[in-house]
Amino acid sequence: MIFPKIRVLLSHGRQAIPDLDAVELTEEFRGRPELTEPADAEARAELESAAAICPTGAIATAPFALDLGRCLFCGECARRAPRSIRFTNDYRMGAPTREGLVVRPGDRCVAFDPAAVRPEIGRYFSRSLQLREVSAGGDASVEMELGATGNVNFDFGRFGVGFTASPRHADGVVVSGPVTANMAEALEICWEAVAEPKILVACGTDACSGGLFAGSRAVDRSFFERHGVDLWLPGNPTHPMVFIDGIRTLLGKKKRG
Amino acid sequence: MNYFVTDNTAPAVALADIPESPYAAFYDDLAERLADARYHVGHYFALPDGDRLRFFLVLLDDAESRILLASHAMGYYDDTALRSLTALHAQMHPFERDIAERFGVRFDQMPWDKPLRHPHDRFDRRSTMDDYPFYAMEGGSLHEVNVGPIHAGIIEPGAFRFVCNGEQVLHLEIALGYQHRGVEEAFAATHNRLRQMCLAEAVAGDSAVAHATAFAEAVEKLTGRPRPAELERERAVALELERMAMQIADTGALSMDVGYQLGQVASEALRTMTINTTQAWCGNRFGKGLVRPHGTDHPLTAEKAAMIRRNTAEIARRYAEVRRDIENSPTLLARFEQCGIVAETEMARIGGVGQAARASGLRRDIRTSHPWGVYAKELHHTPVTMPDGDVMARLEVRCREVARSAEYVERLVAEFDQKYAAAESPCGRPDYDAPLAPSSLAVGLVEGWRGETCHVAVTDAEGRIAACRIKDPSLHNWLALALAVRGEGISDFPICNKSFNLSYCGHDL
Repeated sequence: MIFPKIRVLLSHGRQAIPDLDAVELTEEFRGRPELTEPADAEARAELESAAAICPTGAIATAPFALDLGRCLFCGECARRAPRSIRFTNDYRMGAPTREGLVVRPGDRCVAFDPAAVRPEIGRYFSRSLQLREVSAGGDASVEMELGATGNVNFDFGRFGVGFTASPRHADGVVVSGPVTANMAEALEICWEAVAEPKILVACGTDACSGGLFAGSRAVDRSFFERHGVDLWLPGNPTHPMVFIDGIRTLLGKKKRG
Repeated sequence: MNYFVTDNTAPAVALADIPESPYAAFYDDLAERLADARYHVGHYFALPDGDRLRFFLVLLDDAESRILLASHAMGYYDDTALRSLTALHAQMHPFERDIAERFGVRFDQMPWDKPLRHPHDRFDRRSTMDDYPFYAMEGGSLHEVNVGPIHAGIIEPGAFRFVCNGEQVLHLEIALGYQHRGVEEAFAATHNRLRQMCLAEAVAGDSAVAHATAFAEAVEKLTGRPRPAELERERAVALELERMAMQIADTGALSMDVGYQLGQVASEALRTMTINTTQAWCGNRFGKGLVRPHGTDHPLTAEKAAMIRRNTAEIARRYAEVRRDIENSPTLLARFEQCGIVAETEMARIGGVGQAARASGLRRDIRTSHPWGVYAKELHHTPVTMPDGDVMARLEVRCREVARSAEYVERLVAEFDQKYAAAESPCGRPDYDAPLAPSSLAVGLVEGWRGETCHVAVTDAEGRIAACRIKDPSLHNWLALALAVRGEGISDFPICNKSFNLSYCGHDL
């Protein structure tokens, strides 16, 4: 009975990533894009074509900007306008404000202004943060990635950050999905059940802007009009490292820029 | 009744060629055919057609790999009640409930006349999430347990209502719809085919490749253009990688729920390795962006092919060790065996599909019964089945499918190595503008990791997609979960649930 277990253990080895702050993702990963103002008419036409096909209308051409809160990271724009848009493998994409997710030509990082973070967040939660996740129309991929943040590889629990079952035990809520009308009330009840002080995190492109369902009549996003979001995390789905980096930066454990 | 007979590799069918029968003939014929296990309903839906409502049936004949298309129609405002087929064949229930909910069509003698997903454009606005008519039982020793819509874990929402006698579950009813985002409507509201592809990937994020492949198949049938064999091969590799990743993830989830931590962490690590393989191929851990119509943005290269072969071999080897440990641990077997049984007859009656159906002994696998691409040409898959229908059988099917998928990936990629490693990829680039056949219907039918995934795309007279009707395998299988927990202790619900791991968003659309 014990020998098969030893075999599994030996093959398993050590899986935890030693230093979460030093992680570099594969070159293929589509993370933070870098924009270059089109230099000539041809590049401008390429950019127009990229903006036209963007499935969520995330690209503005005048002035040129790409909204990560709407971006699905499909990469089609970078194929159509390679001189204007290039996706890097940089996963440091979380921002404390919604406007912070808008990338402009010349930007070399997604800005994270510590002054935009409520000062009590670092004071109360920097050593322990327990979150309640609510999926409100999420397609299960963001949810699985959030689950993965606590797994044997990423082990975010090492920093005292984890997910808890009851909102009564939670210091905040992570919302995924565009917020469907059918889930709007349950989300509101869950948010109210979390005691103050608390934080709100919008995780994934669907949560940040509605994503593909921004205009859907089945979606009710009034929750985000009533409650201020402390951390916006783009991604389709949000990679565990985007979440880990975003929370670490929010808590003042990591600097960006 | 007349059918238009086609198969899973044939091009799109003109709407005018799909025979229309009177409902009485439709009813009699289907009532008879569905009694035979070789037939099951792939999809059945209604579409407004001017002042009429036209109903389309996609009937799958597993014995001869045929897809039978039929239709019937009624006036849009016609108030005549149709005789319910659900009364005879329970597998019709989600389809009739969907039609009734959307269009107010009445089905006479419908035994389970309840809302399905509360879509925003439902016929009866008074029906809301809060007044779902749960089945209730009277009795002094009975109590109800409500779970959801928000669950304890990081998963999607849905409401479960148990009627229990002490610890024992007498009845479970699952009320869904919390995840309804208006996916089908979004398909018809845009002419941007890239956006439609992204929508297909978002139907159920854990089955992104399966849904994207089903939609791309439907689109390619509508354009009628041939595609390179290599593209079919790469899609199959992506599908099998997705299957491996999710079957391993569920092994880990089941391990977690019985406190078997070694299996849990080993499976988590192996799933990470599998989805990181997909990420190193296409830049996304769930394979979003990998499947596109008529081509690919991420053709295999010699280096990527070698990386995929290396990783899948390693994953299969280590996963086999986990499996051996599970099979040698009596404490695990005591939880998994004889728990949550769904008998083969029950599974056939409710139209179960995919790995859950195979664990009950049903040989239902699109890769075998309606093969397409490489599944028809070189793989010749035989379904992995188990007779018992319990949690262990569903786990065992997962274990064996992982081994099989790894074998397929190895074969498909090895062939790539021999033929194309040195040459330019023959796959071509995606085409989002190829004209579609006007006024036609195409069925994309793919075996995802959960089971049969079906997209039916219908075009209008201008050749634009006027409707896309999607069926995730969960639509059939949620009822199987409800049946599985009957008579079990309520504490066994988590492992029953994980052994199915059904999709909420795929059901709610």
